[in-house]
Amino acid sequence: MKIKKCLYVNRRAPYGTCYALEAIDMVLIGSAFDQDISLLFIDDGLFQLKKGQDTADLEIKNHSPAYRAFEMYDVEKIYVSKEAMAARGLKRGDLLVDVELLSDSRIKELMDEHDVIFSF
Amino acid sequence: MKFIIQVNEGPYQHQTADSAYQFTRAALARGHEVLRVFFYHDGVNNGTRLTSPPQDDRNIVSRWSALAAEHELDLVICVAAAHRRGILDESEMKRLDKDAYNLAPGFRISGLGQLIEGVVLADRLVVFGD
Repeated sequence: MKIKKCLYVNRRAPYGTCYALEAIDMVLIGSAFDQDISLLFIDDGLFQLKKGQDTADLEIKNHSPAYRAFEMYDVEKIYVSKEAMAARGLKRGDLLVDVELLSDSRIKELMDEHDVIFSF
Repeated sequence: MKFIIQVNEGPYQHQTADSAYQFTRAALARGHEVLRVFFYHDGVNNGTRLTSPPQDDRNIVSRWSALAAEHELDLVICVAAAHRRGILDESEMKRLDKDAYNLAPGFRISGLGQLIEGVVLADRLVVFGD
């Protein structure tokens, strides 16, 4: 099967909607199809990567451990908006995984470099 | 141009459910190829045949069924999203031991792999959602 460069753009907080969880499913399926996968976290999507998530009171599953498992599926390119980090007072040490910080102007180029953009 | 269409929102709630249909119809009318329409998240609700809008409103579901019959469109509903929201075909009804099924004509239920495969084969993915 042809390999395409797929960028998964995560824009929303982890638990207010279904999208963060669905994105995880989609990334894992994409990796099973041997696609070239990159993840980008912008806006409130950054909170998906925050350490110390506790969903007990929400009565839904904490899906954040999945981000640490991505490495095993060869999903290693994880980008984060530098501006969004600063706006939310987050630092690298607050995040569950190693990320590459990109300026918003670089993010435009990143999107251009990909064949497919999945937006969540 | 070969398109794959992704529909993320439910009918009658969000304009994108209408826009997805209108785009697909227009693309086909212009002679483009639509490899597949993939219904995901609340978009799976576009595929229940029990939809019963008032007579003076459009029927979003049967509109898709008619377009599928006319153009041999492949309308695919995400299985995981569908099961969560109670969209079942006859075989899933039996397998899950339920007393009814509601998948509309022209639709089929399958996995996310159908979206990935379609994206790989298509020239463009067009997503209708928020």
